[in-house]
Amino acid sequence: MSWKKLIALLAILAMFAAACGDDDDDSGTADGGTDTEDTDSGDSDDGDSGDDAADEEDDAEAPAPTSGAGEGGNLVLLQWQAPSQANSYLSSGTKDLLAGSLSLEPLAEIGPDGALVPALAAEIPTASNGGVAADGLSITWNLRDDVLWSDGSPFTASDVAFTFAYCSDEATGCSSDAIIKTESVEAVDDYTVLVTFKEPQPYPYELFVSYTSPILQEAQMAECIGAAAVSCSDQNFSPIGTGPFVITELVPEDFVTAVMNENYRGIPDGQPYFGSVEIQGGGDAESAARSVLEIGEADYAWNLQVAPEILAPMEAVGEGRLVSGFTANVEHINLNQTDPYADPPSEGTPHPLFVDNPDLHRALSIAINRDELVAVGYGPSGNPTCNIWPVGAESSTNNDYCLTQDIDGANALLDGLGYLDTNGDGIREADGFGELEFDYVTSTNGVRQSNQELIANYWEQIGVKANMLNVDASLFFDGTCASDDCIWKFFYPMEMFTNGASSPYAAAYLSSWDSSQIPTSENSWGLNNMPRLNSAEYDALNAEAKTTALDDPRYTEIIIEMNDILSTSAVIPLIHRASASAWSSDLVGTGDLNAWDSEYWNIEQWAREG
Amino acid sequence: MVRYVIRRLLLAVPTLVVISLVVFFLLDAAPGDPTSQLPLTIPPDVRENIRESLGFNDPALVQWIKWLKLMVVNEPLYLLDAPLDKVGVCIGDCFNHDRVISWQSRSPAMDNIYQKIPHTSYVLGLGLVFGVLIAVPIGTMQAYRQYSWFDNVGTLVTMIGFSVPVFVLGPLFIWLFSINLGWFPTIYKSNHEVDWTSWSSIWIQIEQLVMPVAVLTLFNAAQFGRFTRASVLENLNQSYVRTARAKGLGEGTVLTRHVLRNSLIPVVTLLALAIPGIFSGAIITESIFRINGLGQYLLLSIGQGDLPVVQSLVFIFAALTVLFNLIADILYGFLDPRIRYD
Repeated sequence: MSWKKLIALLAILAMFAAACGDDDDDSGTADGGTDTEDTDSGDSDDGDSGDDAADEEDDAEAPAPTSGAGEGGNLVLLQWQAPSQANSYLSSGTKDLLAGSLSLEPLAEIGPDGALVPALAAEIPTASNGGVAADGLSITWNLRDDVLWSDGSPFTASDVAFTFAYCSDEATGCSSDAIIKTESVEAVDDYTVLVTFKEPQPYPYELFVSYTSPILQEAQMAECIGAAAVSCSDQNFSPIGTGPFVITELVPEDFVTAVMNENYRGIPDGQPYFGSVEIQGGGDAESAARSVLEIGEADYAWNLQVAPEILAPMEAVGEGRLVSGFTANVEHINLNQTDPYADPPSEGTPHPLFVDNPDLHRALSIAINRDELVAVGYGPSGNPTCNIWPVGAESSTNNDYCLTQDIDGANALLDGLGYLDTNGDGIREADGFGELEFDYVTSTNGVRQSNQELIANYWEQIGVKANMLNVDASLFFDGTCASDDCIWKFFYPMEMFTNGASSPYAAAYLSSWDSSQIPTSENSWGLNNMPRLNSAEYDALNAEAKTTALDDPRYTEIIIEMNDILSTSAVIPLIHRASASAWSSDLVGTGDLNAWDSEYWNIEQWAREG
Repeated sequence: MVRYVIRRLLLAVPTLVVISLVVFFLLDAAPGDPTSQLPLTIPPDVRENIRESLGFNDPALVQWIKWLKLMVVNEPLYLLDAPLDKVGVCIGDCFNHDRVISWQSRSPAMDNIYQKIPHTSYVLGLGLVFGVLIAVPIGTMQAYRQYSWFDNVGTLVTMIGFSVPVFVLGPLFIWLFSINLGWFPTIYKSNHEVDWTSWSSIWIQIEQLVMPVAVLTLFNAAQFGRFTRASVLENLNQSYVRTARAKGLGEGTVLTRHVLRNSLIPVVTLLALAIPGIFSGAIITESIFRINGLGQYLLLSIGQGDLPVVQSLVFIFAALTVLFNLIADILYGFLDPRIRYD
């Protein structure tokens, strides 16, 4: 009976829904059903923003017509990890940076191809236009003089200088590493900023570039420096920015709503098209993908690391399209260059097999069928790679032999090394080491573990045994290394995870494998050379890279050489991983997915077809 | 009775202190780090600054005492400030109390919690209310007509509701009503502010509530239905029922005035104990239907190592459980005159 009642109830409700949907269709524009809400809010927002625009124009004495800006209604973005706040400098992850990037802008953005695009800067400073000092100690940014904050006040160089002051106060707890390298930021005049570095920077584009480092408004944040930063939740939830939208409400771990910035400089060009934006959090990657790809109730879904066999049928429905953006993220195996079973573990004592043993590395690497790893775990959001830096022109082709699986070749290499299976248990032995049996650890994660299993199988075919272990991600990636299972302590011979660069400047990223960057108990395991590569040749190249100008042809050579040393000794690169997102089919003007910067970096150009 | 209540309330204080202490040290012993969500490229000294600014490096006992003071002194004072401010009275420094700060949002943790209560209680409260409204009449009829076809069907349905988990029923509902029929959204938008004067606004809220509430209603109805049936069955065989019938009362009067009133005593107790659950949220239901309620918030905060939020939430849940246990006991005394606490 309760079932019958329930079904009857649902049926009545459904009829109601259909009826109401029709009503809304008559008055609105959207295609019924679940879109009724969009229609409603879109309509009302349009009305509001029109009024506001008129008011603002009177106030600002700007006669420019709105020419289509804000007429696109509401844009629904799904971030299944909802933002916690919107101040990029206090952020604890991409989810917050994305929310901030709706309203905050840096001086320059990074495009999907890794090239710099001026945002608040009038142009990108270079050595040739005199913006970058010859000694690499300073950079001069010329700012646009036509930018207003969303409250109508002008954006000037003092806001830029303030942003540095805000973040250089240690009590603020800023999550920006570019700040540490910077000595001072001064406003030369209203639209010129001089940034001075502590030591020469061959790549001076980290501070105030990309969504990790936007400009805050001095007038709003002046009271929020240092320890006061935490008492400024209103400011952190709704930072005043220069971007296309203004955050109207942010509920942590729930939703963000934003409306068009009436003072946005793109309005005369009809940007942004959408009058309002909402970010909805909650659920998981799979349900977010379904909402965009299969149901069509949202316009964008972020971070869809879901197995390809689940996503493919969803995309086939046709409500949306899957997109991927590549940066330098590479899933790789680290071969511990120190002995994890010595005392103390993973410190000092070189590993008996993994050091200076290119043939063993090569055998382990070519035994792997990377295409299969991609097909099983990544689909369109992964490409096989043999390089730790597989980006653009700096991508090496010297290691491409690893792209084809070669079990026989691997066996021959191991035979040649004298690692033979003398006791007939299917596992080779090495003199003085014993069985080629290694503990192989990764984080607890379906995709990782399925790849781990495949790799262990490949290695079984060449007489190498991998004991598969997995550690919960919260321990594996725990920066305090409270447990012995963190990636920095690395008390195992092999570990697998993804690492990548936050900027397209390869030399900065590759410098973390310098021998001075080896994590030890002395530095509280706080450095990033996890495989403990200790190569004089690599260190020399690293020193050279730091002093070589970007436009020097030698720079690319150095990067490729560093990549080759690393990718053939201590690291087995596996998969070049992309960020995966989904856009609804009727969304146009999105361009390529930007994985270097905010995926909303060009949201002012997004529009709805038809 | 009053003495009993006071004694229970006093006993609750050490209980809650011990609970918070245990929870705090368990969380502290578990590895976790407010900066673990940051990309690997953030250097260690920046991470250290962040930890320092959040007070993560203080000794655990200091952190606990600081938190306890904020939670039991400052937070209630903050709540008092709002109404008192209206009449111009001010305790301490008026709105300037230090508060428990979430490491993730860097904002007062309790504000985040307050914002999530309405949505959690909407869904779970309605699920509970509908569940009970359905369960009581059906359970009573089942017992009255024991082993009839009505009873058998009812038993089947309640057993299904009882044994099919939410994580099966939820996706089934989404598959049927959202993907195939397109009736209801799978996104619960908590930014939708219900305008009670507008039907279309109320309708949007109903639309996004139907599926999660239906799932929870089925579960609650099954649970309470079984309970009501058992309780009514037990009472039907009591001699006071025979007496009532012998007095010549009609079956309807016997059932509603005598049997049902007595049978509902254990049901009311069960209901009182289920109420704190409204606040602690239904973690699985909330994740499936993407409701950013308290359960979901607790889960997220654990994953993100946001200790102040986890600590505060668990403390609130513990306090509510203790409180409603007490209320259930008191209710019992009122409903059943045979029970006396003095």
